[in-house]
Amino acid sequence: MAEPLLRVENLVRRFGGIVATDNLSLDIAPGELHAIIGPNGAGKTTLISQLIGQLRPTAGTIRFAGEDITDLPAWKRSRLGLARSFQITSLLPNFTAADNVALAAQARDGHSFHFFANARKEKPLREAAHAALERVGLLGRADVKVSELSHGEQRELELAVALATKPQLLLLDEPMAGLGATESARMVKLLAALRQEVTIVLVEHDMNAVFALADRITVLVYGRVIASDVPAAIRTNEEVKRAYLGDQHVVTSHG
Amino acid sequence: MTSSFNLRNGVAAAVVIGLLLLPLFSQATGNVFLLTLFTRIVIFALAAVSLNLIMGYGGMMSFGHAAYLGIGGYAVGILAAEGFGSGFVQWPVALFASALFALVIGALSLRTRGVYFIMITLAFAQMAYYVASGLSRYGGDDGLTVYKRSTFGGLINLSNRFQFYYLCLFCLFGGIFLVWRIVNSRFGLVVQGLRANEQRMQAIGFPAARYQLACFVIAGTMCGLAGALLANNTDFISPAVMYWTRSGDLMVMVILGGMGSLFGPVVGAIVYLVLEEFLSQVTEYWAMVMGPLLLLIVLFGRGGILGLIGRFSRG
Repeated sequence: MAEPLLRVENLVRRFGGIVATDNLSLDIAPGELHAIIGPNGAGKTTLISQLIGQLRPTAGTIRFAGEDITDLPAWKRSRLGLARSFQITSLLPNFTAADNVALAAQARDGHSFHFFANARKEKPLREAAHAALERVGLLGRADVKVSELSHGEQRELELAVALATKPQLLLLDEPMAGLGATESARMVKLLAALRQEVTIVLVEHDMNAVFALADRITVLVYGRVIASDVPAAIRTNEEVKRAYLGDQHVVTSHG
Repeated sequence: MTSSFNLRNGVAAAVVIGLLLLPLFSQATGNVFLLTLFTRIVIFALAAVSLNLIMGYGGMMSFGHAAYLGIGGYAVGILAAEGFGSGFVQWPVALFASALFALVIGALSLRTRGVYFIMITLAFAQMAYYVASGLSRYGGDDGLTVYKRSTFGGLINLSNRFQFYYLCLFCLFGGIFLVWRIVNSRFGLVVQGLRANEQRMQAIGFPAARYQLACFVIAGTMCGLAGALLANNTDFISPAVMYWTRSGDLMVMVILGGMGSLFGPVVGAIVYLVLEEFLSQVTEYWAMVMGPLLLLIVLFGRGGILGLIGRFSRG
């Protein structure tokens, strides 16, 4: 394997007496789509939050593109090319779809200490926003307020915002959450196209999507990695089956 | 949608025209008091406009904004007392001192959020209040009389009622223009984004604190200008202008008129100060009328008076 794009070593995060991330190590190779699955409470979101810099680990290191980013704040990581989408849709509700994406393009463009010129009339920002919106199939909705978009459209907009920061690595936290069957299928198609361009870490409950998309799957249980392998191997892994016991059908029958 | 926008714009236009023509009306009817009242209103409107920048657009609920009124005012008063009568000296000092104060308390306060931010800005303003009370050389508790208004080398005469009113109005319109440009600029969009969702903005690569601090300093400086005008208007400056109830008044003006709207604070300042003036003539318990009125507006008029007008015209 080539030098990993993201390398997590011995990561630990405690909340009081609870160990949410337990000595976790993980490598993400450039170009791969790496899925992270696990039962509820396995610490998936805690892990993502540490990767993106919203939560400081108790111990361990995170390296991104060869650089130690363990202590970098979120906004600096974003500048390095690490982007995330949120599990709970959390865009700026009173702004239009294009405004939201243009802000991300603006962040990419350096500092924003421009006090006087109308930012909505800056062509390069608008064009970058429209390009990202087109990428996720939302160009027709560019001038609609976020609060008036459907749930599915908001999830796609989440992706467009992340894309507009021109990331090297995209951390997607349950992009299918709350989507209907047709919307899910559209999202899978979209991710299948995006993976050609950018390395993706996908946290997802929808096993159809995970097994259809992932190059490798890491299974978390109680903050620990119990398996990390290609989908076919994960499907037959005894320990994974045991971990999902009650939820076993999730891995097997749907997968 | 369009009709409501038109009505709101109509209100804004009426306010602008009304304020522009007011001195003529006051002269024609011989009502000098009206001009005096509205000079005060225009100055407080400028302070409210500056507070609206951080409170309405930036989501920073500063409960200490009156401190800048005092700092701007004391800069003028103290320099005048020490023999520096030129406005070309006094006013830049007033702005600079306000900016510096905003920079320091902003850097400390912006480490906190929510109620803590409200309390810490309040605490800093009260500190400024007590410091001013302790300035025995400059009147202490009793305040400081400004014997001579700022001079601008014959350019403008601040002792002339009309010229002074128009200077205040010019500053107010300038402030509104500046806020309008800022909220639509790259900087302004970032600040509004931070109000809506700070975590989100950090995740797409914006360092929240420095944008909020810059916005805080701009608002403080603008309010310092209002302070310099205020000291010239009353020929007097005292710690009372920095008292926490004054900061509260400014917040009420902003909320009353409509947070996060360009002309809301102006409408709020006019309604609040006119009501205060006339209610206090009717009864010394005017606050008992003002209080419930405010409650009604806050409870039923989301978006303040301008918001109410917007919805009324739609319905």
